[in-house]
Amino acid sequence: MYDMKALYEAESVAHAIALRLEHPEAQIIAGGSDVLVQMREGRRAGKELISIYMIDDMRGVSIDEDENIRIGSLTSFSHITRDPIIQKYCGVLGEAVDQVGSPQIRNIGTIGGNTCNGVTSADSASTLHAWEAIVELTGKNGVRRIPIKDFYIKAGTVDIRADEGEIQTAILIPKESYENTYGHYIKYGLRNAMEIASLGCSVNVRLSSDQKTIDRCRIAYGVAGPVPMRAPSAEAVANGSVISAALADEFALAVLNDIHPRNSWRASKDFRLHIAVEMAKRCLIESVKKAGGVLS
Amino acid sequence: MSQYKVVHCNINGKDVERTVDVRASLTDMLRNEYHLTSVKKGCEVGECGACNVLIDGEAFNSCIYLAVWAEGKHIRTLEGLTGPKGELSDIQQAFIDETAIQCGFCTPGFIMTAVEILEANKLYTDDELRKLLSGHLCRCTGYENIFRAVKKTMYKRLGKPIDFS
Repeated sequence: MYDMKALYEAESVAHAIALRLEHPEAQIIAGGSDVLVQMREGRRAGKELISIYMIDDMRGVSIDEDENIRIGSLTSFSHITRDPIIQKYCGVLGEAVDQVGSPQIRNIGTIGGNTCNGVTSADSASTLHAWEAIVELTGKNGVRRIPIKDFYIKAGTVDIRADEGEIQTAILIPKESYENTYGHYIKYGLRNAMEIASLGCSVNVRLSSDQKTIDRCRIAYGVAGPVPMRAPSAEAVANGSVISAALADEFALAVLNDIHPRNSWRASKDFRLHIAVEMAKRCLIESVKKAGGVLS
Repeated sequence: MSQYKVVHCNINGKDVERTVDVRASLTDMLRNEYHLTSVKKGCEVGECGACNVLIDGEAFNSCIYLAVWAEGKHIRTLEGLTGPKGELSDIQQAFIDETAIQCGFCTPGFIMTAVEILEANKLYTDDELRKLLSGHLCRCTGYENIFRAVKKTMYKRLGKPIDFS
């Protein structure tokens, strides 16, 4: 038995919004692999929950009328990894979320929960930042769409307006972001399964038509600061540059201008800075290879 | 305040319903209402896999799954694997043959994950198999025998010669 005060089960998005307005103190629960564990350990004990888990309309991946990739917030990690649209246009997201927890956690964990808990180490977060994902929130005043970088306010806090009854309903990846774009994610952890990233790095590139120049490069980290973040200095080095091994080195060193990891029991700041450079380099090289480029 | 709800679902091929406390986990419901004691209470925070069951064909840790979410779902536990006279399934027999059991606490969870693996009808590589089995902790066997039991059964079901090199 969980120590919960009450459970309200939403049957639709509209019902979830109404419940949220009616019970402002209640915690939203999607798959529950964070919320229920925190309830068990006491942190959320005695609280009311609004379950949105049974709203099947919020599951699945599709291409919407504006050609965005639309990922329903309740889509599980394993379904994202297996989805043909994700595999075709944004394979790195499927690879990143395939490193969350264990197979059972990937079956229950949702991309909405992974982002709404506002944790910097979330395996989806760096890739969603690197692909400039849009977060869709639905509340009493309708739909609000914001860039993912604005969604994260500070560690553990995201821009969801509970007083407007908002819940996150989808994550979108715009066509401009995924077209001809290839990426790679590296998670650094001490073991392969049931691990929280010591550092996560996600890079993607779009190459020129002759595949010799990087037209656009984006890089984002998890655990390099209190929220997931891009590394604009490194992107500036790569954008418009001819592909070479020297470029990969220069690009990787430039991340040190942008990131500010901390000391924690998982890893020291110095170690994180050290591996951040190496991960950026490896991710860039792998992304270029996936895009059909050759490192000279 | 007590809050109860009638939950209808299909467990091991049988349509059933029970009134459950909304605070119950699926582990609580399967053990207390249906006496399916193969579903073990281990860590109860989704780390060890001892409570693993199949829901609509996918493996879930039932300890971090609310009982009310079982509404309309098809749930399978280890009890559903045996034949009418209690005959063991091939994967259960393989766990015995390979000595993939010592205390047995992790075994039902491991076997239900193995069922999902086997029913995919794919020949997984060793690395893929290890990743697929990585959601379970066993403090006795060292995993190697469990891995062999699953691999052996996978090869057998696919009619392929077993290669343990």
